[in-house]
Amino acid sequence: MKGKAKKVFMDPLGANNPVFAQILGICSTLAVTNVVKNTVVMTLGLTFTTTLSSLTISALRKLIPSRIRMMVETLIIATYVIIVDIVLRAFLPDIWQQLGPYVGLIITNCIVMGRTEAFALSNPPGLSLIDGLSSGLGYTYVLLIIAFFRELLGSGSIWGISVLGSQWTNWSIMIMPPGAFFMLAVFIWVVKGKILPGEEKK
Amino acid sequence: MNSALYPVAVFFAAIFTNNILLTNYLGMCSFLSVSKELKTSLGLGAAVTFVMAITTVLNWLVYYYLLLPLGLDYLRFIVFIIVIAAFVQVVEMIIERVSEQLYAALGIFLPLITVNCAILGASLFMVIRDYDLLASFAFGIGSGLGWFLAILAMAGIRQKMAKAKVPKGLEGAGITLIITGMMALAFMGFSGILNLS
Repeated sequence: MKGKAKKVFMDPLGANNPVFAQILGICSTLAVTNVVKNTVVMTLGLTFTTTLSSLTISALRKLIPSRIRMMVETLIIATYVIIVDIVLRAFLPDIWQQLGPYVGLIITNCIVMGRTEAFALSNPPGLSLIDGLSSGLGYTYVLLIIAFFRELLGSGSIWGISVLGSQWTNWSIMIMPPGAFFMLAVFIWVVKGKILPGEEKK
Repeated sequence: MNSALYPVAVFFAAIFTNNILLTNYLGMCSFLSVSKELKTSLGLGAAVTFVMAITTVLNWLVYYYLLLPLGLDYLRFIVFIIVIAAFVQVVEMIIERVSEQLYAALGIFLPLITVNCAILGASLFMVIRDYDLLASFAFGIGSGLGWFLAILAMAGIRQKMAKAKVPKGLEGAGITLIITGMMALAFMGFSGILNLS
């Protein structure tokens, strides 16, 4: 049991990462990563949602009729997203405004839906909780890396604090949509081409 | 801006300057997985455009005549997604009864659409940007067509590219993202034409 839990936890962090291996949840990966601060808030929201909705759906899995399971899953996920939305609106109104519709779009984020559908429906609540949490963390660190480079190159700053000095010319393309696509592509390229094959050989 | 022309401006802005895929990154999941062939992307694009146009209007009516008067606007995520899912289900049943041909062409794409974030995204943008009913309809149709245009262009490029040699690690999603980035660059060229805040 313990070995299995560890495997469930490690899988989404490495070879089976939701973003660069399964290519899920790309919308928000691209949309919120122009500033590190927003990215942190977004990833916290997603991790919260995917962890708790995996737990809830797994606990209810024997009660959910399979014909309407998508609907039930969506409603449970939407409930948690509303909690995230209300909390953000109350405590971090600036960031809430900048994130705009992307908080609500956690509902249709393929990672949350994918984990509940592929894992939580057929596994006990404890394991599903771990799976949801580690999928969230796998998403988190990928987004943070991308956001780090986009904000550094695009605005010369990290967390809003200028680090590259006044001589640095901003690559404003990096904080615009094309930069997001290029950055994610390069990230996937580096990971798939260099890092993952090396791990398999070991 | 002239109020009669406003929906027209919203319509063209949604296609070109504020393309829902290339500037708001919505609907990427199905965009990446379904854009391998022209024929399937035609079907999916048409279905998305249709559903998006109608659900933005439905959600506009629900939001302004039901949720706001009752003070329930924090429930909009749940309500919007229910409206979308229910509408997709009804359309699927109608198409199945009415036309076998159309069902064969569009039927398989409809369930995919419920979880397409572009559809929900269009409804959420409509609320955030305070569009009126006509502008919402124009926005829904324009966004759908913009998405259609993007996936169609991508499918055309990917079909030509199928035999090209791609560097290791970039196959599949990687190269598709780079092409999408170039398309986004090209679409940035439209950005001076219209300016909607």
